[in-house]
Amino acid sequence: MAEMSVELVAVERRLWSGTATSVVAQTTEGVIGILPGHEPMLGQLVEGGVVKITTPDHETVTAAVHGGFLSTSNGVVSVLAESAELAQEIDVAAARRDAEGDDEQARVRARSRLRVAGYSV
Amino acid sequence: MAQLRELRDRIRSVQSTRKITKAQELIATSRITRAQARVEASRPYAEEITRVLTALADASPLDHPLLVERENSKRSAVLVVTSDRGFCGAYNANVIRAAEELQNTLRQQGKTPLLYVIGRKGEAYYRFRNREITKSWSGFTDRPDYANAADVGETLVNAFMQGTEEAKHRETPEDVLGVDEIHLVHTEFVSMLTQRPIIRRVAPLEVEYTESQGLRPAYDFEPDASTLFRELLPKYINTRLFAGLLDSAASEHAARRTAMKSATDNADEIVQNLSREANRARQAQITQEISEIVGGVEALSSAGSE
Repeated sequence: MAEMSVELVAVERRLWSGTATSVVAQTTEGVIGILPGHEPMLGQLVEGGVVKITTPDHETVTAAVHGGFLSTSNGVVSVLAESAELAQEIDVAAARRDAEGDDEQARVRARSRLRVAGYSV
Repeated sequence: MAQLRELRDRIRSVQSTRKITKAQELIATSRITRAQARVEASRPYAEEITRVLTALADASPLDHPLLVERENSKRSAVLVVTSDRGFCGAYNANVIRAAEELQNTLRQQGKTPLLYVIGRKGEAYYRFRNREITKSWSGFTDRPDYANAADVGETLVNAFMQGTEEAKHRETPEDVLGVDEIHLVHTEFVSMLTQRPIIRRVAPLEVEYTESQGLRPAYDFEPDASTLFRELLPKYINTRLFAGLLDSAASEHAARRTAMKSATDNADEIVQNLSREANRARQAQITQEISEIVGGVEALSSAGSE
């Protein structure tokens, strides 16, 4: 099966890098799925979005991505984010608290974190 | 007698100061490594965003305000990165001196510098001299987050987009005093022992034209290229500011370590000298007591023989 290399990079650290068979993300225009051999593309991701990466051994890496961009060319996909969290790192209790909070931006982010952690919001 | 007690008091006081400086030294040492790791960790993003911007620049017109050099610019923002805490040698003095030089140069070019300050030490310096600070931030210099850089970046980019030209159609609020240039003065981490103040112009960005090698991939953009470009440029500036803050934090810890190490060494030397003096005083006192006893015995025995 064809593979591509994927980099998930936040401003403060590199979250994940490796090979993948597919990447799913939401740009401001809509949901986009990227398979190996995708044409070169550059997109802005929605605020509080979810990025799903499927690895060759059928595992999924899910991350909540805030303020991000996605670019792909020559079999390399990179996801840039101002801040991002992998599913297993998300503090569900804190996210729930934020989701109830007053700050609109924090609410959007908290909801995406909860979605990534596997809760329906 | 009195002199000996005084010496012992001083030794004790120097020793307790030394404990503080030694602890500061150890803390700073452990923080340098962490600060450097954060500089390393932020690199992949900086590289990626540069690559993405390069790809975008090919596809969109380079007419964004952040890229265009303004003719007869009147005001310049000078962002000075200092530390919140002292105990770090000439770290703040150096960066402030560089900022002063920059401001003088700007004045000679007929531009008015506006001060933006990060760090309590810088705030204190300018406030004491009654200099006007346009805006200041503090509380994060030893461990800056990207959110801090984004906050600073937003303020500066707003002021920059406002500009000094009296254009009514701009959308930024009116109480923002516009600027035409943004300069960043921070400290560059060269090595554990050397940190150098450095001045960078953040905006307008300088556009570099390079010869392309081979065919460039024809990107598909979502949304269109110029919208993306507008979104990405401020983020790029934030990244630059963040890199500057991280570098400054590493430098601050390194400067503090060096300063505290030499303070500890000095304390050691003072304790050694004072101990010598105290020992000499003690020996002198013993000698004197012995000679008094001997003198007394002799006086007695000569009195008895008579």
